[in-house]
Amino acid sequence: MKHLLGIEHLNRDQIEQILETAESFEEINRRQVKKVPTLKGKTIINFFAEPSTRTKMSFEVAEKRLSADTYNISVSTSAIQKGETLADTALNLQAMQPDALIIRHAVAGTPHLLADVMDCAIINAGDGFHEHPTQALLDAFTIKRHKGRLDGLKIVLIGDITHSRVARSNIHLLTKLGSRVVVSGPATMIPPGITAMGAEVEPDPIKAVVDADVLMTLRIQNERASNLLFPNAREYARFYSLRQELLNYAKPDAIVMHPGPANRGVEIEDSLMDGGRSVVLEQVSNGVSVRMAVLYLLLGGTQL
Amino acid sequence: MITLIKNGRIIDPRNKIDFVGAVLIENGKIKSVVEGDISGDFDEVIDASDMVVSPGFIDMHVHLREPGYEYKETIASGLAAAAAGGFAAVCPMPNTNPITDNEEIVSSLLAKAAQANGVKLYPIAAATKGSKGEALTSIGALKAVGAVAISDDGHPVKNSGLLRRVMEYASSFNFTYISHAEDQDLVGDGQMNEGDHSTLFGMPGVASVSESVVIARECLLAEYLGVSVHIAHVSKEPSVALIRFFKSRGVKVTAETTPHYLTLTDEALGSYDTNTKINPPIGSQKDREALIAAVADGVIDVVATDHAPHHEREKNVEFYAAPPGIVGLETAVALLLRHYHSGVLSLKRVVELLTKGYEILSIDGGDLSVGSSADITIFDPDYQWTIDRNMFLSKGRNTPFHGFQVKGAVFRTVVDGKSLYVRKY
Ligand SMILES: [Zn+2]
Repeated sequence: MKHLLGIEHLNRDQIEQILETAESFEEINRRQVKKVPTLKGKTIINFFAEPSTRTKMSFEVAEKRLSADTYNISVSTSAIQKGETLADTALNLQAMQPDALIIRHAVAGTPHLLADVMDCAIINAGDGFHEHPTQALLDAFTIKRHKGRLDGLKIVLIGDITHSRVARSNIHLLTKLGSRVVVSGPATMIPPGITAMGAEVEPDPIKAVVDADVLMTLRIQNERASNLLFPNAREYARFYSLRQELLNYAKPDAIVMHPGPANRGVEIEDSLMDGGRSVVLEQVSNGVSVRMAVLYLLLGGTQL
Repeated sequence: MITLIKNGRIIDPRNKIDFVGAVLIENGKIKSVVEGDISGDFDEVIDASDMVVSPGFIDMHVHLREPGYEYKETIASGLAAAAAGGFAAVCPMPNTNPITDNEEIVSSLLAKAAQANGVKLYPIAAATKGSKGEALTSIGALKAVGAVAISDDGHPVKNSGLLRRVMEYASSFNFTYISHAEDQDLVGDGQMNEGDHSTLFGMPGVASVSESVVIARECLLAEYLGVSVHIAHVSKEPSVALIRFFKSRGVKVTAETTPHYLTLTDEALGSYDTNTKINPPIGSQKDREALIAAVADGVIDVVATDHAPHHEREKNVEFYAAPPGIVGLETAVALLLRHYHSGVLSLKRVVELLTKGYEILSIDGGDLSVGSSADITIFDPDYQWTIDRNMFLSKGRNTPFHGFQVKGAVFRTVVDGKSLYVRKY
């Protein structure tokens, strides 16, 4: 594995190796001194061409705990479109001779195009609606820590599946590891061909969550209302938010997940976000361990 | 000047000719077409053994980018590419800068073509001023200076009331409206055909019916008004079904598709190669199969390239930022012949698909009748080669077919008796 562009082309063994490696880093992250010299002397560029605080910070923490030298480049996508071509961008990044490039981009496939022309490891931190592999890995890691397994679980994703890279990466990963993935949401948010990717579709969220082990909801972007995907936040919340009514239909030990940042009161009620079943904050801290594992495996640092 | 083309298989569908024979050309005109050989004294003898001798091909849908985008293509480079692709005539679309919506621009295009290699240029003028969809162009005057049809290609007319007047008025001059059928509201921010693959690749999708709903409107208007309409670059299965339906009702609708829609499916977009970005977007396997059936059975009348050169730096960007379109003149014949080799199309049908444009646009040409201009394409349907974009005479290198192994190559393009292109390898 040279790059991490997505989950689609990983096999079960590769995914399990990342999750197992993340376990060791989880142990390190509980120590008093969390820093290890594993990637000392390695250069990592965080190239975020789309606003992100959570994922960017998570990568940075992971990189620093591994003692890598990190550099941040933030650009607005519009600046790229107006200015240099993607090939020029790649050459400029290459000139800094990084060992890894973490890239977040609003246009699907951009990490893949860079991987074709650059020498370093490319890690996709989210491309358009396409993939967000480290998010899916941290979600799987979190589920596994709670349920002890992924095989045979029923995992329900509610929300805007069409515009979600988190949903796509999760569907790839969870189905490869034997979970049953059910997606739910208004028809405007369920894309054609999602069943071909291995998910089941249940339009009614109440039916979807029956006997679920995991309830995951996706962030609703309010600008999507102007794309006519839903009438307004109030109507969305009434029928599609994660709320106690839904949780009652799930298994008694079902957990509640959200990739963040959440619109409280829209796709998730406060009582669930902050309730005893919520693992939202664990997702955030597990994100660091998983990203440390990915960096370690791709950059071949010194032994742990 | 007397030229003899001999030993070739002459296919002239309009004159119902299909035999091995000879074509005699005198002073740029066809003197005779006979089975077997002709003896005598000639200035030039062309041996077309194992080749097909066809009426010169016409590509009724190209973008030559002049005026305004000469860095992408010029009349001269575009016509050179046309000759290399076997096209004796091409019809440039009016989405130039400024838009080809007046007599001065049409005249200047023709003047530039007259200085070029000799491939015939038949300009298509804008249907509305500036292709803005607001006011009619001077269709009578445009015809008088040499335009052959009208279209707002790339900027489809949205206002149905205006379109009705465009089609109606154009019919007074025996002009056909050529429709780039896409409902821009349905297309939205879509980047590729909507379906399993757009979902898998995480790209905004374009519903296939974005094309079909507009085709339905154009055909209904043509039927109601009793006028003709031509549908450009048909790419989707429901569109084929609609055209079939309206033809069965006797509506004067003709349609074209392109070699790329007959070759690729939306699975190709998984490369994120911006050379797979085309409007309308490449369809599914089902769409492709419907198109292949339609070129075979006649629902689709003609194959055109929609040759759309862009500069390398314009395509070397993030997928959503890339302009749509690919070059096609120099790969069209080889790609179309794949369907001859697969047994779907006869050579006669291949020739028809590449010459029917003359009839649709009421232009002289498209046959080998005695006395007509000696516009002839000679091709070897079996010649094997590999598409190499670095060999193109077009300025554009934007093709998804670089490296494709193909069978079938143009060996000579003759216009008015003169060989404008001779393949050297
Ligand atoms: Zn067009």
